[in-house]
Amino acid sequence: MKRELLKFLAFTVFVLLLPLYFQGGYLMNVLVFVGINTMLAIALNLLLGYAGQISLGHAGFFGLGAYLSGILTATYGWNPWLAMPTAAIVVGGLAGLIGFPILKLKGHYLAMATLGLGIIIYIVFNETVDLTGGPSGLSGIPNLAVAGVTFDSDVKNYYLIWGFTLAVILFSLNLANSRVGRALRAVHDSEVAARVVGVNARILKVQIFALSALLSSLAGSLYAHTMTFISPASFGFNFSVELLTMVVIGGLGSVYGSFLGAALLTLLPEFLRAAHDYDIIIYGALLMLMVMFMPGGLVRGIPDLFRKVFKKGGGDSHA
Amino acid sequence: MLEVCGITQIFGGVTALADVSFRINQGDITGVIGPNGAGKTTLFNIITGIYTQTSGRVLFEEKDISGLPPEKLARLAMVRTFQNIELFGGMTVHENVMVGMQTKSSSGLLACALKMPWSIVEERRIREASLKWLEFTGITDLADVTAGNLPFGKGRLLEIARALAVEPRIILMDEPAAGLNSQETVALAQLIKRIRDLGITVVLVEHDMELVMDICDRIVVLNLGRKLAEGTPREIQDNSDVIAAYLGDDD
Amino acid sequence: MQFDQILQYALSGFSTGAIYALIGIGFSIIYNATGIINFAQGEFVMLGGLLTLTCLDLLQLPLWAAIPCAVAVSTVAGLLFERLAIRPLRQPTPINLVIITIGGSILIRGLAMLLWGKDTHAIPAFSGDDPIAIGGATILPQHLWILAITVVIIAINKFYFYHTISGKAMRACSYNRRAAGLVGIDVRRMVLFSFMISSAMGAVAGIIVAPLTMTAYDVGVMLGLKGFCAAIIGGMSSGIATVVGGLLLGVLESLGAGLISSGYKDAIAFIILLLILFIRPQGLFGKADSERV
Repeated sequence: MKRELLKFLAFTVFVLLLPLYFQGGYLMNVLVFVGINTMLAIALNLLLGYAGQISLGHAGFFGLGAYLSGILTATYGWNPWLAMPTAAIVVGGLAGLIGFPILKLKGHYLAMATLGLGIIIYIVFNETVDLTGGPSGLSGIPNLAVAGVTFDSDVKNYYLIWGFTLAVILFSLNLANSRVGRALRAVHDSEVAARVVGVNARILKVQIFALSALLSSLAGSLYAHTMTFISPASFGFNFSVELLTMVVIGGLGSVYGSFLGAALLTLLPEFLRAAHDYDIIIYGALLMLMVMFMPGGLVRGIPDLFRKVFKKGGGDSHA
Repeated sequence: MLEVCGITQIFGGVTALADVSFRINQGDITGVIGPNGAGKTTLFNIITGIYTQTSGRVLFEEKDISGLPPEKLARLAMVRTFQNIELFGGMTVHENVMVGMQTKSSSGLLACALKMPWSIVEERRIREASLKWLEFTGITDLADVTAGNLPFGKGRLLEIARALAVEPRIILMDEPAAGLNSQETVALAQLIKRIRDLGITVVLVEHDMELVMDICDRIVVLNLGRKLAEGTPREIQDNSDVIAAYLGDDD
Repeated sequence: MQFDQILQYALSGFSTGAIYALIGIGFSIIYNATGIINFAQGEFVMLGGLLTLTCLDLLQLPLWAAIPCAVAVSTVAGLLFERLAIRPLRQPTPINLVIITIGGSILIRGLAMLLWGKDTHAIPAFSGDDPIAIGGATILPQHLWILAITVVIIAINKFYFYHTISGKAMRACSYNRRAAGLVGIDVRRMVLFSFMISSAMGAVAGIIVAPLTMTAYDVGVMLGLKGFCAAIIGGMSSGIATVVGGLLLGVLESLGAGLISSGYKDAIAFIILLLILFIRPQGLFGKADSERV
């Protein structure tokens, strides 16, 4: 596991030094979103890539975190540092409860059920106007502050968000290489064999679903406190699909792949400003092309491609 | 040790097993044989909690385990292998065996993700203890190979190593020799005896008669969903009912 | 609560329910032939409406010609979708199929946005907008059109599945794909047919509902999901159970919107969806192993 640690340290250094290059320009703000989306993509990847269970409702958990944090702080005057974990625990608990019936479903049915759940949550954001401000959104959410420093600029937010993101990355890497992570991957590969050697597949799936929701909620809270304004439009079905695209493009079951997918999909619209409205065409095409031609995602597909180019006739090699 | 009492299984009107009863003694290697369609695999699936029987009970160490799911049975130290080996294809050989130690470890999700001191200690213990089973089955040199890339015979050994990592008191093997060449089969026979020498009770469904007669202490014969005979290999070989059942079907 | 009012809700619920039923049957046909839930189903509903608009405005076709034209083009789109996205898939695991049909749905929606823009468009009602009084309630002629066309489509469907060779082959596939292949049925062709029939039905649904609700590039999402919900209530049947499912959903939605709150109208369908999936995944009327076609 030494190599794993070195990789993580190198990545950390890269993240910490990146702002020096951009000198606080506009892209800093985008990189903040890359961080938030990386957290979300990793959260979904734990469920989809490791446990093999799909969710099309993760934007809902993201939104719940953002709204709970936002309402507790802006409306009820809580300290954000208290509101964030409260939201995370509530959302994780909620997901745990709903996880028992929902994870009995498999494949397409699970996809539809989670999709329905996400849309119900979205509708609630829109309709509980007294609490959420409805479609026009909730404003006046305070920034996070620590020891007199308020995180209110892009650079400060960058370090705040990426601090959390790096923690989530480390957390997920640890998990993946532990008895729980192995059990998850085992369930993914052969549920019956995993059960026979004592893995309680049902409980494990529910646990990971709850954890995934909890991490999404955390990302949501951070989003609310950096943006200081949230509205339901950010938490709709389209965003769930965008998250799915990030995970698939980066690579199922790869933590750094999730970063790659999140970075690509967050930066892409910035480079395609002219085609702003039409980015959904690109998402759609990317999703289809990846599943058809690079089912292992970029993290596996690109090395494969290199191998194929440099060693002709190397044969098929997907993970 | 293991007692099967009046197991009946009906699939949509078809009786796969009819009132089958026998007991398996502690420390024995017991073979369950019978022509194709005799209900051997169905019986295994019932004992190991994959199916729930229509009626009848299974007692394991005097405890009624009927209807318990496989993950509970693993905790009671019962484990099985599959006819078409079921490996965790995306994981390494070593990791496969480490999953087998699931019931012998307890670190929770958060402890693992936060690398709490006790989970680090446990992880080291899992890593080392699992090596022992790689060595026992003779696949130590394959530890870092991805399980999905193993040849069939090695996959079989890995599946057994993984099952042993559960530290079972009983192991049920569904056709362990299927798909193996004669050399591998001989090695398998030795391995099964060594497993028995560890004090683990072995039950196997097998078609390879030579293997069965060679290593089994007792044999149960099923035919058309009923128990036909039970006894030592010598008794079974001399049993006229058994010979009749196998005539014309010398598989 | 006034009886008249309830009657009114029920009547309008019936016509939206008929739309859900048509879309739901489209889901079921593909599911039964292939085991795939086609997340792009709703996009064909959208295509039906928008293509009709183009036929009317751009090609200046009369309505009676525009409709078959739009249905035909949507069917070709369904065919292309199967050939270009579903069939070439190298690892058709459920997750990959979910992702590819979602990808397809986004792509089709995006292209529609490119072609027709983001505005909502209206299609004229088939025979005027003069309300007809029934009891104390009123309905529009378009409602009657919807109900009538739905009945006709379902009748054609029934005929196809029970009285034509290709329909019977399709049913065989739904019972057991492998066995169907063994007796010489070209399963891949049946899969292709199922996508074509589904997209045609979706397009019809999209066309007949457009005069009531307007249409736009993004109407497919909600309509598709509601159609799926109808199919789930009906236990993925491509027959009467899904029709009942659709009608039930339409009426419940309409009553819920009228009596409880219109904002939560869409949530009703999804709450029903979750409840059915949790409690009776085989559908409201199904035995565990009921007839699928």
